[in-house]
Amino acid sequence: MSSAKFKLLAVSVVGALVLAACASPGGGGGHTKEGIPLGATGPHPVQPLPDKPRFGQPVSEAQLAAWNIDIRTPDGKGLPAGRGSVSEGQKIYVAKCLACHGENAKGGSVYGAMVGGIGSFKTGTRVLTPGSMYPYAPILFDYIRRSMPMDSPQSLTANEVYALSAYILNLNGLVAADAVMDQNSLPKVQMPNRDGFIVDNRPDVRAVRCMSNCK
Amino acid sequence: MTEKLTSSTAAPRSRKSRKHLPAEVDAQLESQDRRRFLRGSAAIAGGVVAAGAAGAAAAQALPIPDSNKSMGKAMPATEYGMPSQFEKHVVRRRTDVFVNRQNWSDWSMTPLQHQPGIITPNGLIFERHHAGTPDIDPAKHRLVIHGMVKQPLMFSMDDLVRYPSVSRFHFHECSGNGLTDWLKPASKTVQQTHGLLSGCLWTGVLLSTLLEEAGVDPAGKWVIFEGADGSAHTRSVPIEKCMDDTMIVYGMNGERLRPENGYPVRAVMPGWEGNVSVKWLRRIKVTDQPAHFRSETARYTDPMPDGKWRQFSMVMECKSVITNPSGGMVLKGPGFHEITGLAWSGAGKVRHVDVSVDGGANWREATLEEPIMDKSLTRFKFGWNWNGGPATLMSRAVDSTGYVQPSVAEIQKVRAIVGFVQHHNAIQPWSVNAKGEVSNVIGQV
Repeated sequence: MSSAKFKLLAVSVVGALVLAACASPGGGGGHTKEGIPLGATGPHPVQPLPDKPRFGQPVSEAQLAAWNIDIRTPDGKGLPAGRGSVSEGQKIYVAKCLACHGENAKGGSVYGAMVGGIGSFKTGTRVLTPGSMYPYAPILFDYIRRSMPMDSPQSLTANEVYALSAYILNLNGLVAADAVMDQNSLPKVQMPNRDGFIVDNRPDVRAVRCMSNCK
Repeated sequence: MTEKLTSSTAAPRSRKSRKHLPAEVDAQLESQDRRRFLRGSAAIAGGVVAAGAAGAAAAQALPIPDSNKSMGKAMPATEYGMPSQFEKHVVRRRTDVFVNRQNWSDWSMTPLQHQPGIITPNGLIFERHHAGTPDIDPAKHRLVIHGMVKQPLMFSMDDLVRYPSVSRFHFHECSGNGLTDWLKPASKTVQQTHGLLSGCLWTGVLLSTLLEEAGVDPAGKWVIFEGADGSAHTRSVPIEKCMDDTMIVYGMNGERLRPENGYPVRAVMPGWEGNVSVKWLRRIKVTDQPAHFRSETARYTDPMPDGKWRQFSMVMECKSVITNPSGGMVLKGPGFHEITGLAWSGAGKVRHVDVSVDGGANWREATLEEPIMDKSLTRFKFGWNWNGGPATLMSRAVDSTGYVQPSVAEIQKVRAIVGFVQHHNAIQPWSVNAKGEVSNVIGQV
């Protein structure tokens, strides 16, 4: 291909991209395979490098064990060994959580309720609690372990976190009073908001640029 | 519809025909107060009578200022300069509408009404933390990349600053910006309505550089970011964004990050809701699917009709707000006022900003001040000759994809405006009464 022809092709490709962007207000820049809008705007200039610098120091997954605490919450992948019951959870809750979250997780001096709200999303007042909102029960484990208690995060044992998860789920009527949570049972708890989410589908508003006599 | 389209092109054309005139004069000529303006000009041209009357108090000779008659403050050997003692009112403020009962998981807002230009000073950049601000020693801090990569890697801060650096201007906005003011006014000032917004020059290394070094498994489609703060704040982000323009940032506005903004290192995902740009960044893990953390299910999701929630709504859509005049201000009499504000889009550049002074019935295009950059705050200006009567001021931005900033009513048609509604990018109206007092009238126009 001659260079003139190549330039012509390049120009028409750019033109097509511009047209594509204009045809989709707010939606320019492509989507992930799940359909999430990316808002990508094309390449930025980058400095040419004689060689790629490599300054990262090799590290092993074993060295990262204490850091590698995220749970894949839909199926519980990453949940550690251990177990905890509702009654054990109640004792830990009273000792370490009640001061902020209140008795029976009904809301306390600092934070609102962690029980109830199931069925409220179709009303004018949506009540957000772990019971009403979390699509997957392992979110409880992941969040409590990494963030709670607020004044001493990452201090609870796996058994304590399982027990607190069991207690909160029981208060929300999602597991029985004699339930024991572990890496097998926790992901099996069916959460009422499991199918409550839609992937970003914006732009969802198509306003018109009216300039005069618009009202 | 045809009529609307016609008028939308008519206004810019009429502006072009007087391209030699400054924007303020242009807008004045086009304003409904044209006659008043001409009368004013005649008075000025007619003589010094008006100026003399107004300047009666200044008949006394001006004294030599004390600052001319003394030595100033001596220069210390070293110093971090601070604003004048007379600027102490220009500060971040916690929300005064939604008052939290603790201040570790809280937010503070940027005083946009005091910000000239498009850069927010480092001491005024808004904050949102989930467990307070950690105090991290950069010499001890480590960032790791692991998961679905060929070789897990660890970086010290000394390692990170050796990479080829990029510096880019981008706005940063919390998804909850405006959450207290949808259907009726709750906030008084633009700091409280829109102050979860800042503009910065971010400096760091492209994440794609580091991911390429680690060697991403082709099956790795999502990336988990985790902070070193007490909440270990965590988000899942599509690999496409990580390989596009995501930065691993250590500098902002010409110095290292401030502790409250992620010192010593954070992610910056240009144009996306603020909380995905994880601060105090410690860990990056490549995975095959999102983890669905609390922070991307129970929080940072948007209520939709039928009890549903919109998830992974990342892009901050095109938006603008008039910062001067804005809520709580008082106009000092009829005559010329510069209407100015900020516009931005997470999907590209700002193309147009239109301003209305009559509550949205008629609009005229404002002047955009350069530089106009991708996913960056953009300053607009519009000269206005206030006739002294009631007025309602609004701005409306259009971005490079053609997206037009909507009204609250238009958003309400497709989303559920209930509870903690995120992604409020609607047009903000400010009402001016005959005394010149400016107030928030969101949802009332």
